[in-house]
Parts: sequence; structure tokens; C-alpha cells
Amino acid sequence: MLANFGFGALLITLLISLYGIGAAIYGVRRNQPAWVESARLAMLLTFPLISVVALSLIVLLVSGHYELEFVSSVTSNSMPIYLRITALWGGQAGSLVFWSWLMSAFATAVTLRRWDRDREFLPWVIVVSLITLAFFLILTIFFENPFERIWRAPNGQFIVAMFQPAGASLAMMRDGQGLNPLLRHPGMIIHPPMLYLGFVSFVIPYAFAIAALITGRTDDRWIRITRRWALVAWLFLSLGLILGGRWAYDVLGWGGYWGWDPVEIAAFMPWLTGTAFLHSVMIQEKRGMLKHWNMVLIILTYCLVIFGTFLTRSGVLSSVHAFAQSAIGPMFFGFIGLTFIASLYLLMQRWDSLKADTHMTSMLSREALFLLNNLLFMSILVVCFWGVMFPLISELFTNQKVTVGPPFYERATAPLFAGLLLLMGVAPLSAWRHSTAKTLGRAIWKPFIFSLLVGVLLPLALGVRHWAALLGFWLSAFVASVTLYEFWRGALARRRKSGENLALALWRLAGRNRRRYGGYVIHLGVVLMAIGIIGIEMFQTETQGTIPRGGSLSLRDYTVTYQSLAMFDTPDGRNVARAVLSVEKNGQYVGELHPRRDYYFESQQPMTIPGVRSTMEDDLYVLLVDWMPVSSQGATFKIYHNPLVNWLWLGGLVFILGTLIAAWPEKDPEEAVERAPRSAYAGAQV
Amino acid sequence: MRNNQPLRDVSPTRRMTAALLWMVGLLLLAGMTLIFVPQASAQNPTPPPAISDDQVNAIAKEMYCPVCENTPLDVCPTQACAEWRELIREKLAEGWSEAQIKQYFVDRFGDRVLATPPARGLNWLVYVIPPIAILLGVFLLYSAFRAWRRSAPPPAQASPPAAGSAPASDEYVRRLEEELRNR
Repeated sequence: MLANFGFGALLITLLISLYGIGAAIYGVRRNQPAWVESARLAMLLTFPLISVVALSLIVLLVSGHYELEFVSSVTSNSMPIYLRITALWGGQAGSLVFWSWLMSAFATAVTLRRWDRDREFLPWVIVVSLITLAFFLILTIFFENPFERIWRAPNGQFIVAMFQPAGASLAMMRDGQGLNPLLRHPGMIIHPPMLYLGFVSFVIPYAFAIAALITGRTDDRWIRITRRWALVAWLFLSLGLILGGRWAYDVLGWGGYWGWDPVEIAAFMPWLTGTAFLHSVMIQEKRGMLKHWNMVLIILTYCLVIFGTFLTRSGVLSSVHAFAQSAIGPMFFGFIGLTFIASLYLLMQRWDSLKADTHMTSMLSREALFLLNNLLFMSILVVCFWGVMFPLISELFTNQKVTVGPPFYERATAPLFAGLLLLMGVAPLSAWRHSTAKTLGRAIWKPFIFSLLVGVLLPLALGVRHWAALLGFWLSAFVASVTLYEFWRGALARRRKSGENLALALWRLAGRNRRRYGGYVIHLGVVLMAIGIIGIEMFQTETQGTIPRGGSLSLRDYTVTYQSLAMFDTPDGRNVARAVLSVEKNGQYVGELHPRRDYYFESQQPMTIPGVRSTMEDDLYVLLVDWMPVSSQGATFKIYHNPLVNWLWLGGLVFILGTLIAAWPEKDPEEAVERAPRSAYAGAQV
Repeated sequence: MRNNQPLRDVSPTRRMTAALLWMVGLLLLAGMTLIFVPQASAQNPTPPPAISDDQVNAIAKEMYCPVCENTPLDVCPTQACAEWRELIREKLAEGWSEAQIKQYFVDRFGDRVLATPPARGLNWLVYVIPPIAILLGVFLLYSAFRAWRRSAPPPAQASPPAAGSAPASDEYVRRLEEELRNR
């Protein structure tokens, strides 16, 4: 029986992980490398074992074994194969298995790297990775077992249990409830794996940080080893967030991309600390400062990763009391608390050996501005964390649930984001170590003037009058000018020196420090996204109305005319109501839109799919809200006009491209840097 | 370290940074206090006979029903929310103000129907804690800067060689080279 087989493999994986933890600690304490090697092999073994678990579950999902409670809750006969496979992460129990699977894959990948110069880290990296893995396996086995079956007791009651209760027989189900229709969108199929990949790959830098603390090898070696891991983690997390936004825009039907929902914030918080970390490690690499702070950041990131999984997986958000009753919530809570306290304890132990090598010499230096950047990221984190936690606290103490909604977050974080943009413009022009108002001013005035022209005068000429929007556009223009100016200056200097043509100079320049220039491309992506966000947040307009067939609604330059409405059933179990609207812009016919309402019979859930006409200038986003019993009498439409929102998606692409440039593997870079003397390395690259 | 050093060292840079830090702090504070400004609710003494969907949505946008988690009332597709919107329409037609309508829902279903908690009782913490935490961060960073400043060695090795006389572009090339090298 495949369910038993999968469950057995799950148990064995847990045992192997626990063994690996024990063997690694024993080996390092007794100084017996053979035990550490055995622990390493145990970690390697977890991956094939969990693959067996996950594949068993996938086979059960695909073949429709609805006697498994998990299978019947996320799949149904009408679902196509690919959706049944991706249903693995469509429900609680399966997603924990999936999490463990990815975790083990990353742990395996890191075990396979060459350890010759970092032997002392190995046992502790194994211990941290395996403890994380074991925690998730314990959750899966004891609290959220996807292999549990539905049994029919002799008195006709249904019982969910792993093993056959006395006298009960297996309940034979013909069909399942099917996947939540909201999760059937391609965005939602890719989005969770991306987030999980981001989550689990942040475990690796954390594991190395802890290894550095325990072994006392507290130079920046751990940072250099995990630099790429952190970037990859960040890439996946960013990708997950962007895809999530796109998914919300496409299927949630509220005309937006980000609702400050606690589930979104849960994924956003580790991204915030991760971003702060990526910036502040540069200070440690260049200047040997902030070693404590980087440790704190990576510990926070790890805890927020677990916390994010906890928020979305424990049911705590719907009710604190439900959380207190389920076992999974307190487990998470305990684990986060323990890891946080243990990590801080280790940090305290090594506090003195993490003293800075050098001192801050100038308050306008790059490192000082990076610190301000960290302050802003932390401030946004505080706002987010508190906004998510407060309703829980309120419910706990006053039994009164409150909503902390978008207005809170928007007002509190908007100035912080603006501050970040400003820093993004100033910091690339300031020098490491020593920077004065004079040198900075000399570097900044050209892009500054240019940004005033493009970012203020142009919007003014186009009719923008809102001060906040003007400020936002100016900041975006400023960052863009500075970033492009940096590329331009660098390429010019290189051309002067080497005589290459400008394009080649630019290419080679970027190639010499991918992280720096990849970072600048990311900044450009952020600027594009900021333009899109300003557009939709500040200039979105909407209207709603009920119109008869042939009637029209107008918004801005657009007029939509209701042509017809058709209702039909589809083979995959939906009843679809699809309206046909013709769209005119300034009196000119520009096309048709088809907003629909899909009603899923199995889950009895309606889904509103917008009809969208999308250009770089604006999106016309139409929802079918309601219709009369006789559809010819009329239907209700809601229309959003979302200016510039496409810049957000374009910016997302540029952003990801920049991250890819920054993270793209070189010939084992850390090795190359370490082996070659610095000057020779620089020479070889030119 | 040196007694005469700090006097000379109160450079424009340092003053600028202090000012910058204060500005950031004040900016944060200003942003935060915006939260307190109660939203002006547009009173409409003589409501038009027919209430448009847009008027209803303007109010519904800032409310949440207790059932559908984190979906604003104006876009929630469920039947219950459609009925709530109808209720808003009726109340508007009866001449109720936005504040009155919101209060009506709060009285019946609790504070959670509002998009942000009303600032009273324990709820004050929502608005007070983040600014305090952020100002604390600003203060910590500022004192760290000061401490670094005081313990910093004289910037002998930091000053770029002959930066004053060399053209700006050479200085830039030198710096760029250095930054690209040390990675």
C-alpha cells in the first residue's frame, strides 16, 4: 500500500536526520571525523528518502486515492494531471512535505560542495540544516500527516487516522473536493515553490553563520561562502512576491496587486531582513565592520522564515483561539523561540571576537548610508510585524478582533519607502570610507539636475499636480539618473583607460563586478516598479454601474458598452458567466473585453476573472459583479482605471534580471578570489 | 583621544549627518502622526434620491465584513457582502453620514469591520509602538555614529593621496578601480 510505504519513508527520514544530528555533534566533540562523515552521508540520504515520500504522495494524488484525506481535500476527478501534481503544495500537509523536500535538496547541494578549507564548519552546518529538517518532519508525521486515511467505523461515522481503527473499514471515495479554484491559476502554481525555495535557501547562510559562531571562526569567511546562497534565496523570494502580486491582480478581482494581507506580509518580512543583510554584508567584506549586526540580521531572517511558514500554516491568523487548540501552532512557536534564543546566546558568547576591524570615519561614506538603509528596512519590518501581530494580541487580551488593513501600512511605510529611494540615489555616489559633503555634492549635481527635469517638470507638464506623486516621480527619476550615470561614468573611464568602445567597456565593466552592476540593474527595476506603484496607488479611479444590454459606462477616456452575456457549463466543473464588452477610447473602438464569473460546483466557490486591456500607459480592468436573472435586462460592472501598472511588472522583470546578473555563477568565485593574489586576479580579468 | 581634535573636527559633514539623521527621524514621526489624523468624512446633508454604486463603494472600500478575511467589502463577491452593500445603500438613502453608517456596523459587529482599529483603549498601541521603535532605532544609530566618531583614529590613511589637486575624473577612476578590486 503506497500510503504506508510513503509514511514509512517519512519515518525513516526523520530517524536518519536525528541520527545525523547526533553523529555530527558526537564526531566534533570527540574529534572523530568518521562520525562527521557519517553525519554528512546521513544528510545526503535524506534527499532520496524525502523524494520517495513526495513521489509517493504525488502518485497518490494523480491516481485519485481519495481514501486519503489530503488527496480528497485537494484533488478531484475533473482536475487535469498537472494540477493534481501541483496540488502537492495546495494544502497544509502536502506543503509541509514539499518544504522538507526542498530543504533537503538544498542541504544536499551544500553538502556536495568542496569542504577542504572549511572542514570545521561542516558538522555544524549539518546540525543546523538537519534540525530544521527534523522539525518539519516531526510536524508532518505527528500533526499534519498527508498519508492519513478516511475510515468508516461500524456505526457509520467517518474517522481520519493513519492506521485502521478497530472494526473500521476503509472509506471508498469516488471523488474529492478539488483544489481551491483560486489556486488553479498558473501564478499560484509557481508562486508557492518560489517562496519556499527562497525560504529554505535562507537556511543555508544561517547554518553557516551559526557554524561560524560555534567554531569561533568569526572572520567574514561564512559570508563569502554563503554570498551566492543568500542572493539565490533572495532571488526566489523576490520572484515569489512578484508572482504573488501578479496572481492577485489576475484572479483576486479587486483591481490591485498587494493588499497588505498578513499572508503576504509573512513572506515580505524575511525579504526585508534579507535585503538589509545583502547590503550590510558588503560593509563587513569591505570594511570589517558590523559583524554583530550581520549575525543579528541572518538570525532574524531565519526566524522570520520559520515565522512566515508558521503564520500561513498554523491557522493563527483566522483565530488565536483556534491556534491555541491545534498542536502545530505551539510547536512552531516553541521552535522559533528556541532557535532565536539559542542563536542570540551563541552570538553573546562570541561578542568580543566579532569586534570591528576598523571604524566609521565619515558619516556620508557608503557604509554610513548603508546603515541608514538598514535602519529604514528595519523600520518597515517593525511596522509590518506589529501590524500582523496586533490583531492577535488584541484578540488574546480583549477578545476583540480588529483589522489592521492597508491604510495603516500605507501611511506608515510610504515615508520609509521614499527614504529608501532617496538613499538608493545618494549611496552609489558616495565613496567607501571617506566621503564629504563636497565630494558627494560634486558627484551628485548632474544627475540631480537631470532628475528634476525628468522627474518633476515632465510630470508637471503632463498634468500631475499631487505633491506626493511629484515627490515619488522625482525620487524615481533621481535613482534612475544616478544609476545610469554610474554605468556611464564607469564605462567612460574604462574606455579612456583601455581604448575599448563604449559598449564593450560597459560589458566588461559589469563583468568585473557582477554583484555591483547587477545590484544597479536591480535598482533600476525598483525604480520602474515604483513608477507603476505610484501610478496605481495614487491615480487609480473606479466606477461601478448596472447597465442594460447596449448601455455604456464611462471612466476617464474609456467607454465600455455591454454587448452580451453567455452562461455555460464547462467539462472541468465550472459554470461560467461571460460578458462581452466593447471598449472605446476617446470615441475610438479599441477592442473587446470578457470579464467572467466562474462558479466551481465542487467547492461552491465563485471566482471573478477580470477582463483587462493592458498598455504601458494604463490598464482598463473590468469586473463582472452581478447580472439580472434575464441577462438581457442588465448586468453590473466594476471598472478600474489603473495608470502605469504595467511598469510594475516590467520593473519586476528587470529586477529579476539584475538579481540573475548578480548571482550568476563565475568560475567558483570564492575559490578564485581566495587563491589568486588580489592584484593578479584583477589583472587576469581585464 | 586628542583634546583639540574634536573642536576642529565638527566638520560640515558631521553637522550635515546629524541634521540628516534628525530629518529622517522627523520624517518618520510626521509619517506616523498622519495615522492619527482622523479621516474627514464627507457629510452630505441632502442626499440625492438614487444612491450610485460608486457612493456605496466609497464607504465599503474602507470596511471589512467579519466573515471574508482580509477582503474589503467593496470587492467581496459573497452574498453576505452584497447584502451589506445594499444596507449601506439604504442607509445612505435615508440620509445617514459615512461616520454614522460605519458606527452602525461597528456597533453590530465590532471594531474589526473597520480597515484600521479606532484609536482607543489597547488599540493605541497599534499607532504608538512603531514610531517609538523606529525613533529608538534612529537614536541607537545616532549614538553609534557618535561613538565611532569619537573612537576613530585620525583619518590619515583614509585621506586619498593628492585628491585635492588631481582632476575629479582621476579620483573617480582610482576609486572605481579600488572598489572593483576589493570584493
